[in-house]
This record gives sequence, structure tokens and C-alpha cells, in this order.
Amino acid sequence: MIPEDDARRRELRAYAIGFAMAAALTGVAFAIVAGRMMGTGATLLSLGGLALVQVAVHFRYFLHIDLEKSHRDDLQLVLFTALIVAVMVGGSLWILWDQHARMM
Amino acid sequence: MSARRHPGLSVAPGDAHTESEAEPVIFGFWVFLMSDVVLFALLFATYAAMRAQGIAGGPTPRAITDLAGAAIETALLLTSSFTFGMASLALKYRDDTRRLARWLAITGLLGIAFLGMEARDFATLIGHGAVPQRSGFLSAHFTLLGTHGLHVAAGLVWMAVMFARIAIAGVDDRVRLAIMRLALFWHMLDIVWVGIFTFVFLYGATG
Amino acid sequence: MSDAALYGLVGNLRLSDFPPKHDLIANCAAWVVIFGVVATLSAITVMGWWRALWTQWLTALDHKKIGIMYIVVAFVMQVRAIVEAALMRAQQAAAVNAPGVVSPAHFAELFTTHGTIMIFFMAMPFLTGVINYVMPLQIGARDVAFPWLNAIGLWLTTAGAMLVMASLVIGQFSGGGWSGYPPFTQTGFSPGEGVDYWIWSVGLASLGSTLSGINIAVTIYKKRAPGMDLFCMPLFCWTALCTSILMIFAMPALTVATSLLALDRYAGFHFFTNDLGGNVMNYANLFWLFGHPEVYILILPAFGVYSEVFANFSGKRLYGYNSLVYATMAIAVLSFTVWLHHFFTMGQSADVNAAFGIATMLIAIPTGVKVYDWLLTLLFGRIRFSTAMLFGIAFMVSFVIGGMTGVMLANPPIDFAVHNSLFLVAHFHNMLIPGLLFGMIAAYQMWFPKAFGFRLCERWGKVAFWCWGIGFYLAFMPLYWLGLSGAMRRSAQFFEPQFLPWLIVALMGAVLMVCGTGALGVQLIVSIRSREARRVAIGDPWDGHGLEWATPSPPPEYNFAVIPNVSGRDAFTMMKRAGTAYALPACEDIIVPRSSALPMLIGAAAGVAAFGLVWHIWWQAVAGVVTVWALVIARSFDADTQRTIPAAEVERDTTAWLAGVAAATPAPRSREMTPANAGLAEHQA
Repeated sequence: MIPEDDARRRELRAYAIGFAMAAALTGVAFAIVAGRMMGTGATLLSLGGLALVQVAVHFRYFLHIDLEKSHRDDLQLVLFTALIVAVMVGGSLWILWDQHARMM
Repeated sequence: MSARRHPGLSVAPGDAHTESEAEPVIFGFWVFLMSDVVLFALLFATYAAMRAQGIAGGPTPRAITDLAGAAIETALLLTSSFTFGMASLALKYRDDTRRLARWLAITGLLGIAFLGMEARDFATLIGHGAVPQRSGFLSAHFTLLGTHGLHVAAGLVWMAVMFARIAIAGVDDRVRLAIMRLALFWHMLDIVWVGIFTFVFLYGATG
Repeated sequence: MSDAALYGLVGNLRLSDFPPKHDLIANCAAWVVIFGVVATLSAITVMGWWRALWTQWLTALDHKKIGIMYIVVAFVMQVRAIVEAALMRAQQAAAVNAPGVVSPAHFAELFTTHGTIMIFFMAMPFLTGVINYVMPLQIGARDVAFPWLNAIGLWLTTAGAMLVMASLVIGQFSGGGWSGYPPFTQTGFSPGEGVDYWIWSVGLASLGSTLSGINIAVTIYKKRAPGMDLFCMPLFCWTALCTSILMIFAMPALTVATSLLALDRYAGFHFFTNDLGGNVMNYANLFWLFGHPEVYILILPAFGVYSEVFANFSGKRLYGYNSLVYATMAIAVLSFTVWLHHFFTMGQSADVNAAFGIATMLIAIPTGVKVYDWLLTLLFGRIRFSTAMLFGIAFMVSFVIGGMTGVMLANPPIDFAVHNSLFLVAHFHNMLIPGLLFGMIAAYQMWFPKAFGFRLCERWGKVAFWCWGIGFYLAFMPLYWLGLSGAMRRSAQFFEPQFLPWLIVALMGAVLMVCGTGALGVQLIVSIRSREARRVAIGDPWDGHGLEWATPSPPPEYNFAVIPNVSGRDAFTMMKRAGTAYALPACEDIIVPRSSALPMLIGAAAGVAAFGLVWHIWWQAVAGVVTVWALVIARSFDADTQRTIPAAEVERDTTAWLAGVAAATPAPRSREMTPANAGLAEHQA
């Protein structure tokens, strides 16, 4: 069963890459904070960015969401969820901060 | 071809019938997970508002952030995602129940260690009087982390059930499908944790 | 017994929580429930129906039976909620400068239970039931994707409904309105069990709806017959799909809102308290994040029903199918962007209000597209004024009026003026009665013959229609005027004599709608008694377009002897045209799910747990929750979940049905309401 073994090795590599990337991104994020490398605003922004990238890495390498045709349903589902989450979280924060600011 | 359908998570490769049975089950579980993600997203939104507006003179995010503890918890959970990946590979390519059980057991132990760390964190906070009843912020903190922790605990119970089923009936198609779903669940909890270590712990330490 | 021991055993529950209650009307209600339960149980026992009930219904996993049971729950709960509505109208009409017939506390309970029941235990079960029954048949599936999960959804919802009913007998329900706003619903202002009843009954229902939503979406995505592309589906399936997506993504917001409120109440957290950093406004935010999509969860399936009714009873194809699909999708997505219009007056800046106001008005565009499509479907059609069609026409006229008042309310300045007034009450009833209830009644009229094999009585159907139609206008048009004149909603008493005539007219309307409900009951009884003359066993009484009409009435457990091959829209019409509608297929063994008692037991255990939580009976709550999970785990060990129906049996039944088809005379449309209609429609080319 040579082809199956090939497939296994390929997937093993994918998990390893995913794990390495996730570990690296996490490491950088912790290092930025622990080492106080930048100002507060820049830190928060880059932390958010790193988290976003890491979420994408997890989806790609651990949950196997990619652009292949056979996964379109799953990909569309995840993207739609992202849209809904963005609307809900973004809207909530906008509303709550606005109300809070007007009570100050 | 059918083996590529859900890479790393396929039921017996090449069995078209089982494959067509499995597809709605896996897709359905994805839909459930997305519903769960919305639930977490709203807890995050509530937390975000509370950490700024709900301090009420109590401890601030910075005051309760233990960066070292968070780093250990993160390492535990991240590694457990990888070891579950190894379990999935054992399930898919090696019909080797021992290997599968071993990787699952390692994953479970990492999960237990993670919950232990989290419980220790909670105990420390409560010991310092930082109880959830103290302020809106602490309510949100405990609820967000507690909900994630409950999910991890549910995953562990699920894992135990899997062990029982493997011990009784071996790895049949239904067990395969269940482990595939458990894998999705576990990896998704890791993604939620990425949000938690970033927005709770790292943001907390930054101020 | 010491107080602590008593608390440990029965929590806060005391003998004084049982009837007699504080006022006569509440007392009567409690006894009606007790008497109803006892009478039902004795009737089942006397008739010896227990075994059949258990094996055929309570343990059934067949989507059709689950659908029917959902609708039974909806009807039972509707009776209670509509009586409460009439009682509220009676109270307001009697309470102009007078105390009226019920106390203010009782009045608060009435508007809370009326809203909670109508949304969660009438509308949701009704539409879930109709989707459950019709959608799998329309897409050519044997069952839903997850029959077992489907049953759990049903029984969780039923457990929630029973909790609401229990509150009529044991203790009180919440007085905080169906939206349960804190701080009123915090322990400081509502210390008793009422709000807890509300939290857990709604919690059970929302869990059930989430599961149903997942099931419906996956069924439509993965279980369509070969050739049934998404764009070949009947429009009702599209609306079912969009509704299910809304359930999946909106229900978590309700779960979060109610859970956090429960944490505040039970554990002293500070999410929505007035002090220590709590934020009451976040509750409104979370609740309406669910609440607005919920409105479209309710209305979209009715849109689908109307699309089927208009096309069917005007003998035409649906006009503008694609635009209806895109309009449905647009409404579904937009519904996630407008939730703030439910609290324009909460104090955010004008630009926030403006953004959400504009988003709200945008929804009128796809909705308008739909109305034009329906009108054009009717245009040049040979319209048959069946009961379903009448409800459809009443919907279109009334819904446009309600929609226009909605566009008015979408303007924040206007909303500021009429917020929380009876104008608002008139508006949302104007949307929900025509836009949901009429649709569900139309669905019931149209698909009843499919489910039970005989037509409903048209005469009583029309009586019900006129009662509902006229009753609706009488009850709610005055409320617009009253709202503009300054009458606030949820008022137990008014002090403005000029309101009185309008309130009396509204009461008349409410009474008429109670009569409408009664007429539906009479219609059912009359129809059952004369069912032999109404048989439509062949299954296509209305010259239908969709695959659901391609089966006998009632359809067999497996729906289709052989899964049909679909080549385009209006699949059954195409089969009739091609002359392949009633051909004997090559039958094979069919695998169906084996019935299971676990879903009902899970629902029961969840209900027991919820009751324990309401009354702080902690051991009971823990036992219930543990039982739920033990049953779920038990299911995972059960390998024997399927049953095979042998090919011979399928072939025997199919042959018998086809013999009936050959023997029957096709009935022309002009005689479809007469005994000439045996369920074989004369096909109009």
C-alpha cells in the first residue's frame, strides 16, 4: 500500500506544519507581551492580527478547511459564520461603547 | 477519492456507502460547531465590554492576569490538538487500535492537566477575593473561561465513552464517525482558546 | 422537619404554591389544566390507547409523525394563549377608570405567558412541525438527516411547553414580558419562581429549536433526491432552509442572554444588574440579537407556504421563482443587521440609530419583491377560493399595511414617539397574525389531506377564515389609533375615557378570533366524522406541483417506494405531464430508523431538571441533568437503530395504491371540494 503510505506521510507533515506554525505564532504573541516590545496600541493590534492568522492556521491544518472543491460546503459555512460573528460582535461593541460613552 | 473528502478524518477509505452515511453526520456536526462558535463570540463580546466598563472598583484585567499560567495552559491545549491529530491519523491509516488508544489517552491526559491548571487559576482568584460576584468584569471572566472549560470537560467525558466503546466493540464505523466528530470538537475548542489567550490573557497583561 | 431539611428536599416549593390561587380567574385556569390533564389521561386509558400511543407516536422517529406532534403542541398552546389574549382585551376594556377583572400582577403574568407561548410554543412548534412534515417529502427524501435528534428537539420543546403549563397550577409565571428585561427580572424585583419558569421553559425551547435548525439545514443540504438541485426545490424548502440557518445562528444569542440572566439570579453574578459593573443594556442587545432574526424565523416559512398556496390554487407556476429565492436570502441575511431598532430609545447616539434604521428599511425592498411576485402569480390565474387561498389573500392585504407601519417605526424619530405604545403592539400583531398564523393555518388546510388522507370541511374552514380575518382587523386597527393617542402597552388600567370605545371594539375582535380558533376545532371534528366522504387516499387532491403529492395519503413510513429522479422545478407536475407519475417502480428493501423511547425520556428528564431548577430543588436538577446525559451516552452504545422494510411489503403497498389510482376517476378542479375528489386530480396542461 505505497500510495496510502504517501497520503499518510503527507497528512502527518500537514499536522506537523500546523503545529509548528501555531506554536510559533503563540510564542511570538507571548513574547511581544512578556518582552514589552511595543507600545500598548501597537501591541493590541498585532496581538489581534496574530490571533486571526493563528485561527486561520488551525482551520487549515487541523480542521482541514481549504479551497478544494470537495470542502466548499464546509468553507462556505465557516465564512458565513465569520460574517455573522463579525456583525454580531462588531455591532454589539459599537452599541455598548457608544452607550457607555454617552453615560460618562 | 472518497478518502480525500475529509482529510485526516475519513471513515474506512473507499467504502462509498459508509462515506455517504458519514457525510451528513460530519456536516451536521460542523453546523453545530458553528452555532457553538456564535455562542462563544457573544460571550467574548460581553467580556470585551465588561473588561472595560464593568470593573466597578474591583480588580482589573491586569491585576488578575497570570501570564505564566496562561502560557502553560496554552501549551497543554495546543499540544493536545496535535496529539489528537496523531490519533486521527492512526484511525485513518493504521487499523491499529492500540496506537489510536495511546494517542487518545495522551490527548485526554493533556486535557485533564489543562483543566487542573484552570481550576488552580480559579482557586487562586477566589482566594484573593476576586470572585465572580465581585464585579461585572469578573462575572464575564469566569463565565467565558468556565464555558470553555465545561466544553473541554464534555470532550473528556466523550473521550471516556469512546474508550468504553472501543473496549466493548472495537473500532467499528460508528466509533470512527464519533471520533471524527470528537476531533472536530477538540480542534474547535483550541481555536476558541486562541481567542481566550489573546483577548483575555495577553490583552489583560498589556492593559 | 427543619427549614434546612425541607429546603433540601423540596427547595422553595410549599403547599401554598398549589391552588387555590389569589383570584378567581387564575383559580379557574389552574383547575381547567388539572381537569384537562386528568380527563385526557382517563380518556386514553378508557379507550385503551396507551399501547398505540406509545408505539406509534411517543417513540416515533418518523419525520411525519414528529411534524404532526409538533402541530398538536402548537394547537394546544394556542388555545391557552388566545384565551389569555381575550382576557387581556377584556381587562383593558373593563379597566378604564376602574380596577377591571384581574389584578395588575395577574395582568403582567398574562402578557408574559401570552407572548412567550405564542412565540416559543405556538409559532415555533407550528412552523417546525410543518417543515418537518412537508420539506422531506418535497425534496424527495425518506426522512430527515437526523431522525433521533429530530425527536429530541420535539420533546425538549414539549418539556418547555409543559413547564409553562405547570406554572398555571404550581406557583406563578414571570411578569416580566416575553422579552424578560432586567432589572425587573432580577431577584431584587422578581424574587419568586416566575422568572425562573420563564428562563428554563424558553431555554428548553431554544435548545430544541437549535437542534431542529441543524437538522433541517443538513437535510436540505445533503438529502435531496437525485437531480433536485437547490434551484429545483419548491420555494417552501428555500424558506425552510433560510429559517433553519437563522435558528442555528440566532438561537445561541437567546441561550447566552437567558443563561447570563440565570447566573445573575442564581449565583449573584453581575451581568445585567444595576450595580457592580452590570450592564442592563447588554441584555437588550443580546436578547434582540436573537429576537430580530427570530421574527424572520417565524415569517419566512409562512412566505414559503403562501408561495405554494398561491401557485397551487391559481393553477399556475410560481411567478419569479429566482427573485423569490434571492429575496428570501436577502431577508435572512439582513435580519442579522437590524436588531437595534427594538431599542432605539435606549440612549445611543443618533448615528447608531440612523444606521440601524436604514438597515431596517432595506428589508422592505426584498419583502416588496415578494409581494409583487405573489400578485403576478395570481394574475391571469384560475383562482380557486379555497380556505387556504382566502387566508393567503387576507395575508397579502394585511401584511402590506403592517409592513408600512414597520417602515414608519424604522424611523427613529417616529419610534421615539410611539415606542412602547399600543401602536407597536398593533404593528407586530399585524405582521405576525397574517404573516405567521394565517400562513400556518393555510398550510394546515392545504397539507392536512396529505397527512391524514381526507379533506377538511371547507364550510367551517371559511367560518374560521371570516372570524380570523374580521377579528384581526377589529382587534388591531383600534390599537394603532390608541397607540397614537398615547395608550401605552402592558397597561393594566387606563384613565382616559376616550379610549373606551376603541378598547371595546378591540375586545370584540379578540372574541371573534377566539371564535375562529373554536371554528378550527369544529372543522376538525366535523371533518373527522364525515371523513369517508372526504377520502383523498390517492394523494393528489389539489393538482399539486411538488413531490409531496406524488405519494399516497397518508404517505407510507418510507415516503417513496423508490426515490424519484428529478429533472426540474415543480417535479410532480413534470412527472404528470410526462405520464410517469403513477408508474410501478422496481422496489427494493428500505431501511428506516427504528423507533426509540430515548428522545421522549430525554425530554422528560430535561423537564424534570428544569422544574428542579425553578424551585431550587437541587437534587432533582442534578438527577435530571445526569439522566439526560446518561441517556445520550446509552444511545451511543445502541448499535441496533435501524429496521428494514422488505421489498415485498413495499411492492404490495405500492401495487395496491396504483390499483386505486387506476380505478379512480380524475376529478376536475371545479369539483375538488366534493366527494368526486378521491385524491386524483385532473391534470390541467
